[in-house]
Amino acid sequence: MTYNVARLPWLASKPEGYDAQIRAARKADTLSGAALRDFATFALDLDSALKLAKLIETKRAIIAPGPLSPLRLAILSSSTTSYAVPAIVAAAPRHGVLADVYVGDYGQTVQEVHGEGTGLQAFAPDVVLLSLDAISLGLTRSDVLTQDGIVEAAAQQIRWLAEGIVARIGATVIIQNFVEPADPWSGHFDARAGGSQLAMLRRLNRSIEDIAADINAVVLDVDRIAGLVGKSVWSDRSQWFMAKLPYALDMTPLYADHVARLLGAIRGKTRKCLVLDLDNTCWGGIIGDDGLEGIRIGQGSGEGEAFLAIQHYALDLKRRGIVLAVCSKNEEANAWLPFDSHEEMALKRSDIAVFVANWTDKATNLKTIAQTLNIGTDALLFLDDNPAERARVRQMLPEVAVPEVGDDPALYPLAIAHSGWFETVALTADDAQRAEQYRANAVRAEAAQKLGSLDEYLSSLEMVCSIRPFDETGRARIAQLINKSNQFNLTTRRYTETEVAALESDPSVFTLQIRLADKFGDNGMIAVLIWRADGDQTWVCDTWLMSCRVLGRRMEEATMQAVIEGARAAGIKRLTGHYLPSAKNAMVAEHFGRLGFTRVSIADDGASVWTYAVDDYVMKDLPFTYETVSAGEEDVRIDA
Amino acid sequence: MKPYLLEKKMSESTLETVREIMIDVFDVDDDLEINPATSAEDVEEWDSLSHIRLIVAIERQLGIKFKNSEIEGLKNVGELVSVIDSKLA
Repeated sequence: MTYNVARLPWLASKPEGYDAQIRAARKADTLSGAALRDFATFALDLDSALKLAKLIETKRAIIAPGPLSPLRLAILSSSTTSYAVPAIVAAAPRHGVLADVYVGDYGQTVQEVHGEGTGLQAFAPDVVLLSLDAISLGLTRSDVLTQDGIVEAAAQQIRWLAEGIVARIGATVIIQNFVEPADPWSGHFDARAGGSQLAMLRRLNRSIEDIAADINAVVLDVDRIAGLVGKSVWSDRSQWFMAKLPYALDMTPLYADHVARLLGAIRGKTRKCLVLDLDNTCWGGIIGDDGLEGIRIGQGSGEGEAFLAIQHYALDLKRRGIVLAVCSKNEEANAWLPFDSHEEMALKRSDIAVFVANWTDKATNLKTIAQTLNIGTDALLFLDDNPAERARVRQMLPEVAVPEVGDDPALYPLAIAHSGWFETVALTADDAQRAEQYRANAVRAEAAQKLGSLDEYLSSLEMVCSIRPFDETGRARIAQLINKSNQFNLTTRRYTETEVAALESDPSVFTLQIRLADKFGDNGMIAVLIWRADGDQTWVCDTWLMSCRVLGRRMEEATMQAVIEGARAAGIKRLTGHYLPSAKNAMVAEHFGRLGFTRVSIADDGASVWTYAVDDYVMKDLPFTYETVSAGEEDVRIDA
Repeated sequence: MKPYLLEKKMSESTLETVREIMIDVFDVDDDLEINPATSAEDVEEWDSLSHIRLIVAIERQLGIKFKNSEIEGLKNVGELVSVIDSKLA
């Protein structure tokens, strides 16, 4: 079968009886987010997607979100959204989101944003998708010479709307760009004729990138989706004339998946780790049977080059922070052989953060990999050529992303790239280092075993800690951590990047971003705290989250010390801590107690309130040196 | 062959195919009953939005492509089936 990206071929086909299962779910008394995720994780055509959306809408009041992050999405569109909306609702659970969608009044985009008391404002969306079409902006005609100001006016309009959404609604904006026409007007000269539709839409799309960079918006690159499937099939002229469909009806599931993956990325649901099978996934053949000389990898044969391309694709992902791991049914010594001794291998031993080669079932091994990396199994993507292994992992661990890959290794990287499971809405310098940090952690674990006491070990790490209030430099990473930290997170409150920006200048909050480096490498940002003033003398802890990668290094105590310093400087006498239990944060139920807080109350669900008298704190000697902030910024240095 | 099929020269198998596609597209029970006189007014879920999905589903499943002039102004299932049969002939 040919690879047809519009049919979402990286997802398994829906099983026999799928529609009957949806119907049965409609009659049930309960509906879990996990069940919705499982229903959504098939290659659904539009008709099936609409059935799933109908299930979600009829049961919305009783859905227990569980692993899904609820999100309010408003769509402001100048073309029909009748099919896209339910398709997005159905695709969202595939990317960890439970979407509630509002559609702005048709043709009323400006009024919705800039008017008073509008439906959009009342809906209070977390995210707004701005989807204008070329017709509504007057970009329909081609001319030889540049048409005066028309592109600039369109860009200005988009900027005004996007800025209005940020300022007046406080939502994250997704700006959909424009499909640059593939059908020729003059032909190859089109791009050089300033007034051609192609030239104008190209200029407008470039402006959209600039606007997005200025206001931290996300771009839905629909021009690229259209290019991916082929512009000659992306839109259907007959359907356009019949019903003004902006793209062919059968493209709706792909469009919806792209919107959903951006929502997932905004909510921090992006997968963090690529787990690779080895035999017939990273090389052709079976290392245990064929030996070093028998496996096919590298230059010289099409098959060997296809496997090499998979390895290079994994390394491409690693360069933007995706951690690489191996899960293979093999003798461990055999499995390492190609990494250490085969010249054509692109992947080396040092690229793999966790390497599991044994005869245990893969679901168990995937759990071990997640635990070793201190991430959830819902952060894994597992690539395996063997359909039976894939089916087994899907059954045992439905939260693991397992792309369908067919039997041609040449197509494996496409299945991952097209799936959107590694989608991201921002790349920071921290991302570039992350994979290396995870690997360095494994080295640290070995170091810990060789050394004696914990304090000796910690001193030997030569840890350098930088503690600063929120600022523009850290903003993107702060928002990323707020949206994806689950385990060491006292309240699991999510804030958009826009909201984080607002905190930077809010005098009633005390914020901290903490970075940690040591002799093995830079860990990047590892803690984010928000405290809110409650009267003159009390601070209440709104958010306290830390990276699990740095647990057991007395970072909690150093952070507490920084809070005390800040509190004393502000004349604060009392700290109030809240623990709000979630499905994943049991590890911090006693966090405030461990730091010396006294428990004030505990509710039936485990939620607890804690208090601490600032005057009682005695400064501690901790195994860190502190990096002071640069001149001109508030000095929050604390003494070791 | 049933008399109405003879009269309008339409195939029973096409009628059944359309019925099955309608069940899927309209998301209705398996016992949906249609005949050549059935129109959008008789099926609650058959509206302008689902009509387009129906047309596209028929095109996809039968590997045909309608011109807008062929499907605009269709009054009932009988006329739809006739157009399909003319394409399949």
